[in-house]
Amino acid sequence: MVVDFSQFLSGPSASLRLADMGAQVIKIERPGSGDICRQLYVSDVKIEGESTIFHAINRNKQSYEVDIKDPEDLEKVKQLLTKADVMMHNFRPGVMERIGLDYESVKRINPTIIYAEVTGYGNEGPWRDLPGQDLLLQAASGLTWLSNNYDENPTPMGVAVVDIMGGTHIAQGILAALFQRGISGVGALVQVSMFESILDFQFEVLTCYYNDGNQLPVRSSINSGHAYVAAPYGIYKTRDGYIALAMGNILLLAQLLLCEALKQFSDNNDWFTRRDTIKKVLAEHLLGNKTQYWLDILEKADVWCAPVLDYENLVKQDGYRALNMEIVVKTSNGLSVTTTRCPIRVDGKILVSEKGAPVLGEHNQEIEHQFGLLNELQNSN
Amino acid sequence: MNQLPLKGLIVLEFSQYLSGPSAGLRLADLGARVIKIERPNGGDAGRKLSIKNLWVDDSSLLFHTINRNKESFSANLKDREDLEAVKKLIAKADVMIHNFRPGVMQKNGLDFETVMQLNPRMIYAEISGYGKEGPWKLKPGQDLLLQSITGLAYTTGNGQNAPVPFGVAIVDILCGAQLVQGILGALIRRQKTGKGALIEISLLESLLDFQFELLTTYYANRRQPERSNVNNGHPLLSAPYGIYETADGYVALAMMDIHALAKAIDCKALEKFSKDQAFSERDEIKTIIVSHLLTMPTAYWLKQLQTAALWAMEVFDWEKMINHDAYKCLQMEQKINGGDTGFITTRCPIRINNQRIFSSRPAPKVGEHTEQVRADLIN
Repeated sequence: MVVDFSQFLSGPSASLRLADMGAQVIKIERPGSGDICRQLYVSDVKIEGESTIFHAINRNKQSYEVDIKDPEDLEKVKQLLTKADVMMHNFRPGVMERIGLDYESVKRINPTIIYAEVTGYGNEGPWRDLPGQDLLLQAASGLTWLSNNYDENPTPMGVAVVDIMGGTHIAQGILAALFQRGISGVGALVQVSMFESILDFQFEVLTCYYNDGNQLPVRSSINSGHAYVAAPYGIYKTRDGYIALAMGNILLLAQLLLCEALKQFSDNNDWFTRRDTIKKVLAEHLLGNKTQYWLDILEKADVWCAPVLDYENLVKQDGYRALNMEIVVKTSNGLSVTTTRCPIRVDGKILVSEKGAPVLGEHNQEIEHQFGLLNELQNSN
Repeated sequence: MNQLPLKGLIVLEFSQYLSGPSAGLRLADLGARVIKIERPNGGDAGRKLSIKNLWVDDSSLLFHTINRNKESFSANLKDREDLEAVKKLIAKADVMIHNFRPGVMQKNGLDFETVMQLNPRMIYAEISGYGKEGPWKLKPGQDLLLQSITGLAYTTGNGQNAPVPFGVAIVDILCGAQLVQGILGALIRRQKTGKGALIEISLLESLLDFQFELLTTYYANRRQPERSNVNNGHPLLSAPYGIYETADGYVALAMMDIHALAKAIDCKALEKFSKDQAFSERDEIKTIIVSHLLTMPTAYWLKQLQTAALWAMEVFDWEKMINHDAYKCLQMEQKINGGDTGFITTRCPIRINNQRIFSSRPAPKVGEHTEQVRADLIN
């Protein structure tokens, strides 16, 4: 059983994974408004007045609406924690200490608990009190200098990659600690900062930077795909759309695409050092025909290539449909939400749950009953 | 917990390149004994894949980055004697990971059913590119191609730009990380049931899961999310979300109230926009912010914004970042004893009981631990 105090995306994405793998996940939400994510994201698409994003992140969970600043409610939460396997939060440093739910205090009431904490920048250093927000972490970590073309502004990744990596790492830590608890019976404190997570995400290219005399990455001036990979790596415009080309032999491409001008680049050392010149030649050539025309030629020769699809085209593909990636979840107030399922298959089966995101406080009675919180409270009074 | 959480676990890694081996690396850092099963001539094909032509020994720096803290057992799976030895290892191991294309492990005689007979407690984990069914099952599972096919390239860069891929191998890394979750979940279940498991994940499912917020929004309205035409930060988010040039650098602005922003940066032109227009008129609003922020240096704006408790950050490159105390205090770097001089890489991002996890052990040479592994586990 997982007691989850976290909000937004990083922590909740981890508890979503734990829920999909079978855990009972109880969101601890403050009265009235709950998880800030219920309102915060402000795209123009809402479901029942809440963001679509909240529904995607919090399906398959329960909501326990309590005011942890109220002594009686706090006592109930502590009773709940004595029965929990895992507790998670992503408050800023110091908040849980003030409430009295820091690791040392919780360990006293439940010595075998796995206490998991996601912070923005760790509990030390000059940035410890800065907000742990995805875009800001992308900006702080150098990540924005890796995507897009050389003459463009630093470009953030358009998905909350820091939150998601941070959530993935804390889930790994929690599961590893649970495994160890199964052997030794001992609980643990597991911590991940979003900053360390997004540095880990860049481990290949950062290791390159640490050991190449600290040369900053130079993004390709055209069709940038990866600052450290040779031509042709990138996405190219065709007469009717786009085509992606991964690592490939330039001379083979010259031959297959009937591109005479590429033949001059016969030395494969040039494919990195003269990357942009080569890509320019290729870019002009690929404009001359349609995507499918090029794909037919290249796929036959086992060249690594793909069409570039948007969601509308993606969801029509048989390769997408064969996965059964979409699930429909239902909330208690009758709402149906189509979302994606857990990507992991266990024993050949996809993990599917129909439970939608909880209404705020939906499970208060059920949780208090299941864990005997009211009785405990009366006894302690 | 006085020891690493996965101490005592034995993991056999048949996988190559990045996705599978990045999972092996995480398990190794958390305490498992990870043994790469490599063919005698050449081993993991990732050994010869370099970036910027950087090498530690016969193997690239890239390979060393991904495969530190592991052992190597060389075996030719087509040789009957070697295969028998591997089967004996399988009988002793807890986890095996492979990322061969569908059908290859069947041909090797190491498919899930066969392995279950050798070791019913085995957690058998496999990564495919596009799953084992459907018309794409034999396509190459390469990072950029997956980004292109899943719509990801339409999340980044500005609206009028061509699709822009992520400049990091997102698919490989995320899929490896999710495989670790599946493996650990199965190990916990095994403690209760005594039974092994088949854990499968594909790069494609992994990358769709990554876009679950955007896809759920798309499923709700069937409208392709549009990138902002000005300083796009995230297709679903309102102004000012994005990165802006200043007089001397760049500043990132996350979610914030437009009027609070107008006040903090003293920009009267923003006052006419209502809260509801922050999404519908985001390009117009952002255009105004663009020209306003160009007038003063980053430090000035940051002070104004952070004083008003608005979510803003300077945009760092690595040079500035590694010289900052906020980076240094993390001790994210560690020295690995590979090659003649060693090299620097990042450590595991997870801390346990307030301890950072370091390991200086380098990646193995092909077959470096064959004798040791035989002595420990086969004979």
